[in-house]
Amino acid sequence: MTKESTSAKFPLVHPIEPLSPAASREESGQGVKDLLFGDLWEYAPAPESSEVSGARDHYGNFIEGQFEDGGERFASHNPATEELLFEVSTADEACVDRAVTAARRALPRWSGLPGVERGKFLYRLGRVIQERSRELAVCETLDNGKPIKESRDVDVPLAAAHFLYYAGWADKLTYAFPGAKVAPLGVVGQVIPWNFPLLMAAWKIAPALAAGNTVVLKPAPTTPWTASRLAEILQEIELPPGVVNIVHGADATGRALVGHSGLDKVSFTGSTEVGKEIQRKLAGTGTRLTLELGGKGANVIFEDAPLDQAVEGIVQGIYFNQGQVCCAGSRLLVQESVHDLVLAKLRQRVATLRVGDPMDKNTDVGALNSAEQRDKVQRLSEIGLQEGASMHQLACDLPEKGYFFAPTYFTEVSASHRIAREEIFGPVLTVQTFRTVKEAVDLANNTRYGLSAGVWSDKGSKLFQVAGAMRAGVVWGNSFNQFDPGSPFGGYQESGFGREGGRHGLRPYLEVRS
Amino acid sequence: MSDPQNPESPSQGRQPVAKTYKMFVGGQFVRSEGGKVLRQENSQGEFLANTVRASRKDLRDAVVGARKALGGWSGRGAFQRSQVMYRVCEVLESRRELFEQSLQRVAGMSREQAQQELDVAIDRWFWYSGWCDKFAQVSGSVNPVATPFFNFTLPEAVGVVALLPSARSPLAGLVSGLAPIVAVGNTAVVVVEQAPTLAVEFAEVIAASDFPGGVVQILTGQRKDLLETVGSHADVDAIQWFGSPGQESANLETLASDRVKRVHLHRDPEPEAWLEDSMQRLDWIDQCVEWKTAWHPRGI
Amino acid sequence: MSSFSVSRVPVDAVGLEARAKSFTKRSIKAASKHQALQWIIGMMDLTTLEGADTESKVRRLCQKARRPSAELAKVPPVAAVCVYPPFVSVACEALRDTPVQVAAVATSFPNGQSFFSLRLEEVRQTVEAGADEIDMVISRGALLSGDEARIVDEVAAVKELCPKQHLKVILETGELETYDRIRQAAQLAIEGGADFVKTSTGKIGLAATLPITLVLLEAVRDHFLATGKLVGVKAAGGIRTAKQAWQYLVMVKETVGDRWLDPSLFRFGASSLLQDVLLQWDRAAAGRYSSSNLIGLD
Repeated sequence: MTKESTSAKFPLVHPIEPLSPAASREESGQGVKDLLFGDLWEYAPAPESSEVSGARDHYGNFIEGQFEDGGERFASHNPATEELLFEVSTADEACVDRAVTAARRALPRWSGLPGVERGKFLYRLGRVIQERSRELAVCETLDNGKPIKESRDVDVPLAAAHFLYYAGWADKLTYAFPGAKVAPLGVVGQVIPWNFPLLMAAWKIAPALAAGNTVVLKPAPTTPWTASRLAEILQEIELPPGVVNIVHGADATGRALVGHSGLDKVSFTGSTEVGKEIQRKLAGTGTRLTLELGGKGANVIFEDAPLDQAVEGIVQGIYFNQGQVCCAGSRLLVQESVHDLVLAKLRQRVATLRVGDPMDKNTDVGALNSAEQRDKVQRLSEIGLQEGASMHQLACDLPEKGYFFAPTYFTEVSASHRIAREEIFGPVLTVQTFRTVKEAVDLANNTRYGLSAGVWSDKGSKLFQVAGAMRAGVVWGNSFNQFDPGSPFGGYQESGFGREGGRHGLRPYLEVRS
Repeated sequence: MSDPQNPESPSQGRQPVAKTYKMFVGGQFVRSEGGKVLRQENSQGEFLANTVRASRKDLRDAVVGARKALGGWSGRGAFQRSQVMYRVCEVLESRRELFEQSLQRVAGMSREQAQQELDVAIDRWFWYSGWCDKFAQVSGSVNPVATPFFNFTLPEAVGVVALLPSARSPLAGLVSGLAPIVAVGNTAVVVVEQAPTLAVEFAEVIAASDFPGGVVQILTGQRKDLLETVGSHADVDAIQWFGSPGQESANLETLASDRVKRVHLHRDPEPEAWLEDSMQRLDWIDQCVEWKTAWHPRGI
Repeated sequence: MSSFSVSRVPVDAVGLEARAKSFTKRSIKAASKHQALQWIIGMMDLTTLEGADTESKVRRLCQKARRPSAELAKVPPVAAVCVYPPFVSVACEALRDTPVQVAAVATSFPNGQSFFSLRLEEVRQTVEAGADEIDMVISRGALLSGDEARIVDEVAAVKELCPKQHLKVILETGELETYDRIRQAAQLAIEGGADFVKTSTGKIGLAATLPITLVLLEAVRDHFLATGKLVGVKAAGGIRTAKQAWQYLVMVKETVGDRWLDPSLFRFGASSLLQDVLLQWDRAAAGRYSSSNLIGLD
């Protein structure tokens, strides 16, 4: 059951393993105080069919309502199998320029449409995503490596909900900001990451379109699929050509887009490093900018917390989407008095996680999105060990191919360790302890970031006090990683600026004059 | 009343005691650690006073003062903050004569212009004072989410905000830049180049009001000495900049990117434009806050 | 009155319910489904608790219990039949030489509102009649009025009268309103010596749910981790379909682990569940959807 795991590569690791099935039956509980998560009852494989994906061999850039065939091609792979999925055209500078020009051409008509008409397009978009949710979920999982359970139950329904939510704002913009006049900004360049490809496209496109802007969107090069499927849906719903254009490619395409002089606004979600580069690049241009960047979220467990739910929150906070979440609860801060209990519960809970084929409906933790990302997570984990932290990792069979990394947490971590400071963007948690509320708050805020935090306590007055003290844009009380289109999301400090979601999410796409 | 600053009006051969214009940092009036001064002249080009030319180290000290005061000021109840702010209006009213004369002398305004500028400054500060405990109500939200959670979004202070105020409107411009910053709990580091004596007199108003030390620092000097430090200082969270966008503001934005600082550039309009109601800007408060969204489950 | 109390373990309702719901997302197919159906039957307390019960009704139930289906091969017997005390001897007779246990509800089921001496006497006579398992009810009123000690004392007193019998303590969670109180009740029952904690009587609208049962599983798990002692959980009432039942098994597997996948530590109390499980069994065996007319009613 535990023969090949990453622990082979990490000699000092403490494997988190269930007792062997044989032991599970022999010992039958006498004197043993560990739970047996063995193979007494195995779930049969429950693979989702990839047939519904409707793959093409090739996707072009989507300009003015049409897919363009030209351009150098790059391949998109399934990160769980390393198999080729399809090819995509790279957008060079000329292509980006055509996209921006198309968006500019489409702007007067789109921004001039009555809000209710824009709203109906967004509404239809949300509905079609719901109708085609199964195929979109399959595409997302094949392209990204996330468990089908998550793309099916989280990414796709939330993406649809986002369009439906902003559909209702398109004809109510004058109500959004008291005492102010509002107008669309114009042409918006949007660059999104690979961790929630469709959902991030929805987060970007929905408020921009509701506000009357036109869009050039660049998906991440490793996850171009659902954006291309979205383009097909835009054709299907007959969105006016040029209102949304989609260009593919890596850094060069991104630079060409955000540096294009024809943009009125840039919105970027991704790493803090690239965010800073964009901010630098736009300095002096007058182009508006919002950034949704990295994080190193603290998840603070007080001794009076509902501990079983807190353990779920820890797991949800760091292993959801393989930890490739900007708002992940990657720093666990536990009050000393319950440290041992929480860690014992966490250990047992991690032992039940099912790692493997993302297309299996019973998989909890799938593949990381790329070899590069898996290597980065591995490298930082090695640094954690070198710095003296203690590494605990689920002992499980990992598929031979694909970019997998078993769920991991580090104890004996100090605040100065790199693993406690740098965003790992993988299923790796650090555990630190605190004694007092003040210590917890100080530790939580001791970071360059400020995107998310979790606070766990059954005592409401304490919880709200601490939530108020957290320097983070989203604070989850007795919960973690909850999302809703109506709930503003975004960071403090180097986690970026601007909000996405809710009424506040309209603000970055409007000229608001009091 | 004799005017110590105006040698034209000596009272019967008596020598007035000339005022020393210091900077306002951490609630104290301080000299520059570098000891440099700038000669200030009145609108006729006559010597008025020496004012401090703040150094980068002075700016650093000011940021320390602002950071130290931040927790107390942002943590204070919004109603209390508004009371402290309103108090500034009272003090300003009580010093009308001083400011009217200063505006005439320094900015070359007529008496009527000076009065009007002061009226606007007081009323504008009054307007922002009232927003302290209303901004969250008007601009925050309770968000109806699909899951059983209570979800709300509230503004919080962004932190230490550097203000490079209008160079054209010595009092109304300064007030319009500073009030939205402190109203929502930020602490401010203001770098004043134009009409520094007037800014120091305004600092005295702050000192005479109930502001805790460190909420407002006013440095006098030259922007060019300090811009790089304002832009690169890792403990400055946001910058409100007034001027003509160009190389200076572009440099500032470039430097600010290293900490993803919030930089807001505002075109500095003609002096008269500052007096218009349209320069009372709710969105300037919005620029000085972070929005925090909190989730809490609902269930038994 | 002693001032005994158990340590309070707060339970967050939303987090608990979300976790419980996650178990329903497991896809149970093929061999794992067949294994689940076998366990569900083997863990079932086939129940009849009606005012209209008769000896012949009980005999028919026992027949069903020892051989749930005449049509389907290899269907195992259920764990127990659960009856009112007057039918214990009839059931014992009907189930002689079978592995099926005879469980009886005692202590003034379902509300427990009688003199404690009479409730104890009922236990004593039920044991005498030959019951293998006693399903007692707790005094919910006492718990709601803050008398934790009385719950522990009652359970301990009953356990003293049935040392060799399996004591299942019915918490009637539907009357306790909050998950915190359910958790507290479970801890008190365990403290008093319960062999099983059981959700419900089936006599009020609110019966077992996944989240309520999860609270009980967490309570017995924490007790095991602290003391090494094993306590079982019985989910009673409200479980009508095989699919619902295997969701409970998923929850058991992933919360307390393999040890509890055993009739000695997990039970279903149900009257109509068996029929659907047999339909599923038939479907799996025949490879087509079944019809209720193919399964004998009882």
